[in-house]
Amino acid sequence: MIGTILRIFWIHLRRDRVVWLLTFIVPVIFFSIFAIIFKGQGRGATPRVRVAVVDEDVSDFSKKLVTALQKENSLRVFPAMKVGQGSRLLTQDEAEALRREGVATKLLTRADAEAFVRGGDVPAAIILPEGLGESFPSFGSDRPTVELLADTSDHIAPQVLSGMLQGIVMTAAPEAMMKGGIAQLEKWGGALTPEQRKVIAQAEQILSQPADQDPPKPSKKASKENGKGATGDPRSDDQIASRPGASLLAVRVVDVLGEKKANPVIAFYAAATAVMFLLFACANGAGGSLLEEAENGTLDRLLSSKLTMTSLLAGKWISFVLLGVVQVSVMFLWGWLVFSVELWSHLAGFLVMTFVTAAAAAALGMLMGTLCRTRGQLAGFSTTVILLMSAVGGSMFPRFMMSDALQTAGLFTFNAWALDGYQKVFWYEARLWQLWPQVLVLAALAAVFLLGARLLARRWETV
Amino acid sequence: MTALRVTRAYKRFGKTQALSGAEVTLRRGELLLLLGPNGAGKTTLVRAVAGRVRLDEGQIELLGQPLNGAAGDARQSLGVVPQEIALYPLLTARENLEVFGRFHGIQGDALAAQVKDALEWTGLADRADEPIQGFSGGMKRRLNIACGVLHQPEVILLDEPTVGVDPQSRERIWEMLQKLKQAGASLVLTTHQLDEAQTHGDRIVIIDHGQTIAEGTFRELVEQTVGPRRQVTLTLDRELPRSLAGFSAESQGRTVRFHAADVAAELPPLLAAVRAEGCQVEDVAVQSPTLQLVFLHLTGRELRE
Repeated sequence: MIGTILRIFWIHLRRDRVVWLLTFIVPVIFFSIFAIIFKGQGRGATPRVRVAVVDEDVSDFSKKLVTALQKENSLRVFPAMKVGQGSRLLTQDEAEALRREGVATKLLTRADAEAFVRGGDVPAAIILPEGLGESFPSFGSDRPTVELLADTSDHIAPQVLSGMLQGIVMTAAPEAMMKGGIAQLEKWGGALTPEQRKVIAQAEQILSQPADQDPPKPSKKASKENGKGATGDPRSDDQIASRPGASLLAVRVVDVLGEKKANPVIAFYAAATAVMFLLFACANGAGGSLLEEAENGTLDRLLSSKLTMTSLLAGKWISFVLLGVVQVSVMFLWGWLVFSVELWSHLAGFLVMTFVTAAAAAALGMLMGTLCRTRGQLAGFSTTVILLMSAVGGSMFPRFMMSDALQTAGLFTFNAWALDGYQKVFWYEARLWQLWPQVLVLAALAAVFLLGARLLARRWETV
Repeated sequence: MTALRVTRAYKRFGKTQALSGAEVTLRRGELLLLLGPNGAGKTTLVRAVAGRVRLDEGQIELLGQPLNGAAGDARQSLGVVPQEIALYPLLTARENLEVFGRFHGIQGDALAAQVKDALEWTGLADRADEPIQGFSGGMKRRLNIACGVLHQPEVILLDEPTVGVDPQSRERIWEMLQKLKQAGASLVLTTHQLDEAQTHGDRIVIIDHGQTIAEGTFRELVEQTVGPRRQVTLTLDRELPRSLAGFSAESQGRTVRFHAADVAAELPPLLAAVRAEGCQVEDVAVQSPTLQLVFLHLTGRELRE
């Protein structure tokens, strides 16, 4: 008896290609995506962190620090900006190239850097304060504090930078470190002999030579130790800064975007989850209902009446757009009630993004429905497509964690544009007109999907 | 006057020639039955008239107006009842009638009145507000018909409207169809139920291999094919030792068959002749000409083959 059950199971498994797809192919695809995203993390192949740098100190020490930051492979440092129309951040090389062409550029000020962080151009900006070089090395509580203006929607960048600064400072100005150490030694252990001073002077001379090669990397141990001071909640970095002697450089993370927000990151996750489930609802609903009508004969009956295929598709699309708007709204209302998402102060932007997102999702669902022959096919196909888009498009984990190539690939997904729009609304406080790229792309996608669905639906019309 | 005329209809789906010159004429106020084995082309013909299949060749006229390439409104005088229960299971009977009525352009009070009449006509008035997923097969079939005729079309196409229902429900459906006919509608039905076709159809069209092979009333078809004579079958206690002299009877084993124009006059001499050969008659069966016999005669196979 059990053998017969196994036989039936085997025959079904062998003949149901959707089960094959979902059981064997989809997991392999997902494993591959996750592997691509995370494989480089231990080999320095992670995306380069974009950071603006403002040197208010303009000392030898601060210049060396900037140079060391620029030489870090994992960073892309912007100390300057293009002035006037099309102003943008510039690397040192870009700024010099533009200057040679006669284009106006300038070094960043604190206000400039903060504006770029607020605009989402960089996740962080390092402010090297006046007097930093003069006081270094010092472990006192009154020493100048390096500020890290951070967009904490990207959790990774501020943490990486904070830790990296502690590491770099160890190697960027070794002669300053040495001088400071000797001063402390003389203070507490007595003056050095002339011979000792001579040796020290020679060492200082060697150490202060401009590095014509990459500055020595901080040892793994040093990085690890320094990294410990900059983990987790940015507020913990404030605590480090207030504890004299805890680190070489006093670093304070300033959350320039989220400081006044009750629960800023929750809005991002609400959008990420909502968009993924919106896609599932639309694929199963809009696409599934078309196939269901075809399978149970109501489609034939409808098309034998005064109803045209275009009207039928339009009616179904509008139904699922409205359902999608309600679905996402319920998600955000829950977020507002339970997780203090600031829904009401962002209502207009939320509604615009929700409407275009639902419009495109419903159209995509209908396109998938018209592409498939059966509901079984639709289930397999839509699950694969939606999970893929959600993984690459940022619904499962933020895109800033991905490599540059995958981040670019994400732009070909529906999710990335929708999530960028929601992030602009809830995080970057964008005005309505600033949503135009996302609205335009999603509206265009909706139009293309609908057109595709209409063309494919011709198979149900007169044959 | 002709309600519907299909002339020399041809349709090919890939390698399958579904229609090969089929012709059908439906007169006004008539109930025409379309008979044919599975795959004969009946449903393709119905779908072509309904505008769901485009003919490769041929003409379709509805109430004197050509339908080929005509806009959807040209078929407003047409009601189509598909073979499937093409209803929304989560909607109530009333809601199903309302939505399909609206798709046919009925609105407001007219719609409410039509829905009310339809519920009474189908005998579903007392369950009008229940979702139909709990209805019996017969109830769904009746509602399926009602949804196709709510807009009071002059010509109605029904594809197997009695398939899969019990005899009582089937009888009820035939009563509904007769009422439609009495109200002036012209109906074309496809069916496999030959006894029903014989009883209810005004005329019968037999289709095979996409062609119309016979057309007429049952009596006309019988006369054209097997003739009006009854078939008499005798079962004997043993095989006849020799053929019966003076009778055109066929003998096969213990069975003897012959056709009689007047059974009362021709049967006694045959029985006497059998006994004279020393055989006893165990059973006598007299069979009137049936549509089944007509069909067998025309196509060489049973309807269900």
